Amino acid sequence: MTTTTPGELTAPAEPAPPKAPPPATVRRHWSEHGLVFTLPFLVVYGLFLVWPLLSGIRMSLTNADIAGTRSDYIGFDNYAEALTDPDVWSSLWNTLWFTLLSTVPLVVVGLVLALLAHHLRVVAWLWRLSWFAPFLLPSGVVCLLWLWVIYPSDFGFADQLLAEFGLHPGIGWLTDTRYAMLSVVLTTIWWTVGFNFLLYLAALQSIPQHLYEAAELDGAGAWHRLRHITLPQLRSTTGVVLVLQLLASLKIFDQVYIMTGGGPDESTRPILQYVYQSGFTGYRIGYASAISYIFFALIVIVSLIQLRITRRRREENAL
Amino acid sequence: MSTVVQETAAGRRPRWTRGRLVMLGGALLLALLWLLPLAWALATSFKPESETTETGFQWIGSYLTLDAYRAVWESGNITRWMFNTAYIATVTTVLTVALTAMAAYGFSRTEFRGRRTLYGLVLAGIMVPPQVLIAPLFAEMVSLGLVDTYWGVILPQVAVPAMVFILVKFFEGVPRELEEAAYVDGAGRWRVFWQIVLPLSRPVLAAVAIFTFIQTWNNFLWPFLVTTDPNAMTLPVGLVNVQSTYGVRYAQVMASVIIGGLPLLVVFAFFQRQIVRGVAHTGLAGQ
Repeated sequence: MTTTTPGELTAPAEPAPPKAPPPATVRRHWSEHGLVFTLPFLVVYGLFLVWPLLSGIRMSLTNADIAGTRSDYIGFDNYAEALTDPDVWSSLWNTLWFTLLSTVPLVVVGLVLALLAHHLRVVAWLWRLSWFAPFLLPSGVVCLLWLWVIYPSDFGFADQLLAEFGLHPGIGWLTDTRYAMLSVVLTTIWWTVGFNFLLYLAALQSIPQHLYEAAELDGAGAWHRLRHITLPQLRSTTGVVLVLQLLASLKIFDQVYIMTGGGPDESTRPILQYVYQSGFTGYRIGYASAISYIFFALIVIVSLIQLRITRRRREENAL
Repeated sequence: MSTVVQETAAGRRPRWTRGRLVMLGGALLLALLWLLPLAWALATSFKPESETTETGFQWIGSYLTLDAYRAVWESGNITRWMFNTAYIATVTTVLTVALTAMAAYGFSRTEFRGRRTLYGLVLAGIMVPPQVLIAPLFAEMVSLGLVDTYWGVILPQVAVPAMVFILVKFFEGVPRELEEAAYVDGAGRWRVFWQIVLPLSRPVLAAVAIFTFIQTWNNFLWPFLVTTDPNAMTLPVGLVNVQSTYGVRYAQVMASVIIGGLPLLVVFAFFQRQIVRGVAHTGLAGQ
């Protein structure tokens, strides 16, 4: 899925202010069994997150293949090769291009849909059903639907819809290098905008009502209320939505792999697909690990920027 | 946080001014735009195969038929994948909730040597996208002999540090006095956890469970990598895998799309509010 893990990249909560220590009988309980509670999680976490993270670094310094027949230390050769591999650069570029093209519409459309649903206050179920339900569909389902009945030329739904308006372009939605990436973006918007819609809707519903009442008494019009109350109140939500969306978009894989296989002419192939191709169909799992870590560096940079912004915002709020 | 998605405040509905009517029109148009692809898939799945590629916007073929569904069902795979997915999603959800709740309790309510360091290590893991680990994780699965097994799909999806973070934040808000009173009455730590903390945390646990279930049910990349045997595949992976065997049988592909999308949509229809609240909660917890 392109959705991110929730709560991603947030600074740890500030420690609670010190309190008077509880009586000794009680305190004994605070200190018992602590490790027992955390151990089961830590074992799974260690085995399936920390360990692969570390062994991946080691692997990226070898010429390991997927069958495990060889694994010789070759220093930073994989990284050097990756940085001069035009396929790495083109798939990195495709990933960034998709991220740029998809992030803004996904945030803006999500906001517009949430504003509509919030202000209309009728048939809430209809808005939830139509805009949020697609988010619950597996990527396989979504992509097969778009691939086989929306995007085919002529008899596909998209072309037929255009024909209704007198256009008959016979567009190669997924086969023309000019349109393929845009089509992937379009499908992604349809599929995942519901998540942003939901976050904005929740934020809208928690804006204190009295702000609007006060503005109404002052005779502020709808436009004025939107611009001077609603949007400023949504600022922190927009920050969160934006970063979650950036991180989700950078991890694009499913839609491209299923609908275009990276084509036409590799024009939509994202970096994760190149990792997959190098490691799983090209058997060079050491090289694939090295590319993974270059990708990881990209993600960490975005995360650190986000962390800075959150911290600054928290400081501003504290003032 | 659990009250974030309230039903419309005070039920006060503004009057139908011209502006609101225009908004309603726009919203309905957009809703239609979102529903049409699904409707078209549904319509296609009921058409006879020979009419699926006709132009001219035929919503209904010359007759309605369930042939496509019958063919998909009789291929047998889809029931197997449905079972696999339900099993994997359920086990993953139960394990995730159990392990992360225990860990979060340990981190927020106990003192032991190395607690801060370990919690810091868990928080740092939030930054690691699972996609980065696919190569080494696969190699690990090969050496553990877990390729093409349920556990191979499940285990890497259980270790979700973000869920620990969400639960720690919640537990820190639970007043300690409740627990302290129970200790004074002679209750042990497990009983306090089980009978006081967990019941108080039902909404947040539900949110974590809902999010994990949806995520696991729909996950594509990892199950796709770690399963090659069609009998071990999950629904999203299996559907993509056989699209080539269907060739260009559009009605059949759409029937499988409908069958594949239906389970979560039905669940959604029944638990709309809980799901919306759960997703919004876990999604916004970053704030």
